[in-house]
Amino acid sequence: MSQQKECPKQRLWSEEFSVRSGESSFVERRQFTRFLTLTSFAMFAGQLWLVAKNLLSRRQAAFPALVVNGADGLAVGSAKVFQYPTPQDNCLLVRVGEQKFVAYSQKCTHLSCAVLYSAKHNRLECPCHEGYFSIEDGRVLQGPPPRPLPRVELERRGSELVAIGMTTGEES
Amino acid sequence: MFGYEFYVDPSRCIGCQSCVSACAECGTHRGVSMIHLDFIDRPNTIATAPMVCMHCEDPTCAQVCPADAIKKGEDGIVRTALKPRCIGCSNCVLACPFGVPNVFAEMELMMKCDMCYDRTSIGKRPMCATVCPSQALMYVPAEQAAQKRRERASNEFHFGGQVVRTKVHYMLPASEPVMSVDVADAIWEGEE
Repeated sequence: MSQQKECPKQRLWSEEFSVRSGESSFVERRQFTRFLTLTSFAMFAGQLWLVAKNLLSRRQAAFPALVVNGADGLAVGSAKVFQYPTPQDNCLLVRVGEQKFVAYSQKCTHLSCAVLYSAKHNRLECPCHEGYFSIEDGRVLQGPPPRPLPRVELERRGSELVAIGMTTGEES
Repeated sequence: MFGYEFYVDPSRCIGCQSCVSACAECGTHRGVSMIHLDFIDRPNTIATAPMVCMHCEDPTCAQVCPADAIKKGEDGIVRTALKPRCIGCSNCVLACPFGVPNVFAEMELMMKCDMCYDRTSIGKRPMCATVCPSQALMYVPAEQAAQKRRERASNEFHFGGQVVRTKVHYMLPASEPVMSVDVADAIWEGEE
């Protein structure tokens, strides 16, 4: 044959996905180093982003003061659910004494089931995996939860009970 | 079997279909034959020609595969499509200059001759070459083929501008330098 077409230059994808099975599974030292460098850089950037996000969220963590309605109607040794700091966050208010109230986030620190107050044992109980929390400070008494329950700080202002902030499980 | 080559000699084919039956018996593609037995010009002659995969040096079927399903091994054998990858798109069927690949639509899978990889990799001859009574398909050392045949074994084919070199050899008349195929010759232009 007179005219034979010039073999076109190999495209990048044909090197990466070579027809030859030996070549397609072969990794050059340079490719491997590039992969290591890029993944390390990505990991580093991800860590930086996490740190930055954490710092920013701490700075913005200003909690509103919200009146907890119906606290006075609560019998001693009983509990009621209220929402704090946003309407999506359920918290549990427990009246442990005539003038003593405690409140914790209702979200179990294990797998986010709703914890319930057990008047019989005077503790907060998660029914999913039997994680129990102390009513005094929210610490884990038993079960799988890794951290104490976040505590809602309460303040008596006249006749009203006001939620003024939250302390996370790690800090309490 | 080091040094063994596959030879196709269409002039010796008697159309007995032994190769087709033997191929279909293989356990790796049960009941489906990977070999084509072509009638050259059926109204005028009973001549037939077997066609196995030629195992090209630069396999066009694999080059056009969008799913990277066709691979060529170190030994030069172009394997049948990888089942988890093949999407049954028929690109290989259209691209192969020898018309070898078969797509099975119900399985969404291309299957083609892989020179009985299960046999040749452990030193056995391909099934079709084993059963061919006239040795139109043979798997022998190159010296033996040259010694026993008058024809010239060629593994270079010209399809228009495309030059294809293959692992499988085709027996050509000694006078024919190279097999040159012009696709336009095979186009049917109607009754005259």
